[in-house]
Amino acid sequence: MAREALIKDFENMLGKENVFSSEADRRTYAYDAAVLNPVVPAFVLRPTTTEQLGQCVVKLYNEGIPMTVRGAGTNLSGGTIPDTSDTVVILTCALNHILEINTNDLYAVVEPGVVTADLAAAVAAKGLFYPPDPGSMSVSSIGGNIAENAGGLRGLKYGVTKDYVMGVEFFDATGGWVRSGSRTVKCVTGYNLAGMFIQSEGTLGVLSQAVLKLVPPPRASKACLAEFADLQKAAEAVAGIIAEHILPCTLEFLDNNTIVKVDDFTHIGLPRNAAAILLIEVDGHPAQVADDAEAVERVLKACGATAVHVAKDAAEKNQLWEARRQARPVLARVKPTTVLEDATVPRSQIPAMMKAITEISKKYRVDVGTFGHAGDGNLHPTFLCDKRDKEEYARVEAAIDEMFDTAIKLQGTLSGEHGIGTAKAKWMEKETSRGTILFSRRLRKALDPKGLLNPTKLVGIMGGE
Amino acid sequence: MADVKALVSRLMTLEDRIIACMRCGNCQAVCPMFGATHMEADVARGKLALVDDLAHELIRDPEAVADKLGRCLLCGSCQANCPSGVKIMDVFMEAREIVYNYLGLSPIKKAIFRVVLAKPKLFNVGMRIGSPVSHVFFKKDNSAQQTVNSPLLRPLIGDRHIRSLPNVPLHAKVGSINEPRKSGGLKIAFYPGCMGDKYYVGMAEACLKVFKYHNVAVYMSSDFACCGIPAISSGDGKAMVMYLRKNLKLLEDVDFDYIVTPCGSCAGTMKEYWPKYAHRIDDTAYYLAKDIAKKTMDVTQFIVDVLGVHAMQPRDSAVDVTYHDSCHLRKGLGVYTQPRELLQANPGYHFVEMKEADRCCGCGGSFTLFHYDLSKQIGQRKRDNIVNSNARIVAAACPACMMQLEDVLASNHDSVTVKHPVEIYAESL
Repeated sequence: MAREALIKDFENMLGKENVFSSEADRRTYAYDAAVLNPVVPAFVLRPTTTEQLGQCVVKLYNEGIPMTVRGAGTNLSGGTIPDTSDTVVILTCALNHILEINTNDLYAVVEPGVVTADLAAAVAAKGLFYPPDPGSMSVSSIGGNIAENAGGLRGLKYGVTKDYVMGVEFFDATGGWVRSGSRTVKCVTGYNLAGMFIQSEGTLGVLSQAVLKLVPPPRASKACLAEFADLQKAAEAVAGIIAEHILPCTLEFLDNNTIVKVDDFTHIGLPRNAAAILLIEVDGHPAQVADDAEAVERVLKACGATAVHVAKDAAEKNQLWEARRQARPVLARVKPTTVLEDATVPRSQIPAMMKAITEISKKYRVDVGTFGHAGDGNLHPTFLCDKRDKEEYARVEAAIDEMFDTAIKLQGTLSGEHGIGTAKAKWMEKETSRGTILFSRRLRKALDPKGLLNPTKLVGIMGGE
Repeated sequence: MADVKALVSRLMTLEDRIIACMRCGNCQAVCPMFGATHMEADVARGKLALVDDLAHELIRDPEAVADKLGRCLLCGSCQANCPSGVKIMDVFMEAREIVYNYLGLSPIKKAIFRVVLAKPKLFNVGMRIGSPVSHVFFKKDNSAQQTVNSPLLRPLIGDRHIRSLPNVPLHAKVGSINEPRKSGGLKIAFYPGCMGDKYYVGMAEACLKVFKYHNVAVYMSSDFACCGIPAISSGDGKAMVMYLRKNLKLLEDVDFDYIVTPCGSCAGTMKEYWPKYAHRIDDTAYYLAKDIAKKTMDVTQFIVDVLGVHAMQPRDSAVDVTYHDSCHLRKGLGVYTQPRELLQANPGYHFVEMKEADRCCGCGGSFTLFHYDLSKQIGQRKRDNIVNSNARIVAAACPACMMQLEDVLASNHDSVTVKHPVEIYAESL
């Protein structure tokens, strides 16, 4: 069908105000937060009901038009960038209702466009807790969090998005309605399709609803900051805390380059000579928190921390967190382009990984600041550059290649929480296997015979056997 | 197409600042426009992308980009919240000037900016004729805010509820003032702003009452021109320079410690934009504007920080008052504790904080003239927060916000009334 006629049909279906076809509007859905080239979609749809969402998928499938679903467009691996100029973008932002918060059975039922922070606030207002807290949570949507299996700062103790998905409803590529999971703690009805759907980056279906697990909130928390003159010692401290059977809710790490840059910018008096600082917060029952905090302090000192600062109250805790909060913003201000990576290694391999990052940074003459979630081994080496400088950007890309090689050698992974998208697709086979790629591709082809759902993402559906 | 080349090369001067946007999308959380429309082209990330596309000739439709640029309240929430520290307001202001210059300013805007606002005397005569005949068009709507509504003028001004024009503007009532310092005390230049002079005259008089009470000598010219914010928001830098020449002339030979204004938007413009545009005149103008910018103070900031007025214990009978943060004051100048303090300096009032006090009210100056439906939609959220605070009065330290709040409250038939913090403080003197 001709483009104009198709747009007309969608306008009749969704209302004129929910079909964006002007050049200016289309250009604003050509990118996401990944440092990748934009691709301008054919047009953009904004269904306002679940039924409309299903109708959009059916029609696009029948017309053989590729589709990319987009929430807030905060993706860091290109998952929401259209595959081709024929792609139609489906927005979930009008499907943003929290349908139920059940305080007896501890779950919430939400539409895909609900903003993560809005859900967290609504749940907190009812005295409960939704722990996943990806960095973009003030704008990111639950649909995107599920599609990418978003993590955050609380992974070590509370897990990531997948640990909170009890059930999903989605439309498959043809528009068929699929339900998996339920509102119960236990449910073994059929395949664990919800599990398969999580982290599928918009390649297996279009989410229409999710049931999310809620937990009681911790009643107390305590934070401290430790300085280290040696990375190895900081890593030993992390291992030491876990060996004491303490699971901090956050265990964050900043390297020297990040410390110096944050201090340059904020003048908050950070230890500029420290090789690393660790920011640790424990939470739970007040008595437990007091015990844990004491044990953490003991371990930190025993492991050679050169200084340990324990926050006495909420205001001091807030101050300690300032360094970590400022890490990404400050790094982002150093150079025009910020490539934020998320290579992840087993926690004990952090010193080896940091050593490699330092060497790679020297070898390729690129500026890298690293911070991240030490408790998960999830680092955020942040490459500071200017993508307009082609020669420099080529060095950055080569450095990132080598960094991924190292992460895989250390039995780690390409991506702890940002996803594969198109940005990391080429490294997939190195970490997994040829068989994994083929299996995934066959799965996709069986479920999406025309290859229309985010076709080039993750494992490209068109690739050969 | 030499013109397009010029457009492109002028836009490219913004590239270094635009590229600092890492497209994280955090601006979506705070943008009032995005909150209303959920469209990417309405949020800073989308607009920056479009300006960048136009600069790189990836989009060849300057008109469409201009239209998108105009759909912005210039509230600065995005900039205040931008992790990469992109100077979004500067980029938007400059982009507007470049693109609107290329397209040409509309004749109506040209007439308003270059003639009416530039020539206070003409503006004043118009007001004097307009005010007595305004009752022909405007009917009292019996609202608590004492606003009027005009079914006759609906095609022109929509279903707006506004205060009726005062019969006499401030400068006609009090004339130019130039008091000597009182026994070596402070002297200020008082800049009431167009709205303080011609619309919220009672509020401007409250300011004068406070200055008198605290023995502050006042200089005020009846010839002050507009601060320029409506003009530069519409990309009319030329008009801004016209006003600035006039205002600088009226201020250059006067000795004052501070220049004080009850309008958050005027204060922001004088502090941030006067020096920038004075650069286009000459060095002398630039240094004078820089000196004025240094001395510029919002009136609540002046009363609290300089005059040392502080909060008092409220009486048992105190009336609940809440406060709306004007964007130009809070996000632009970081002024937000002082107006709250000043409200509490009158023991007849008890301060209650509303939800999202610092979220834009939806006025956006001339934005409300061209996008009244959106302005109203954004204002409704503010109205809900005001009403839910259960306060009987909402205070705002910017006349543009006051006008917007009165409109949304009156259209909802609410009983909450609107005041400037200075009015509340002045009641106690």
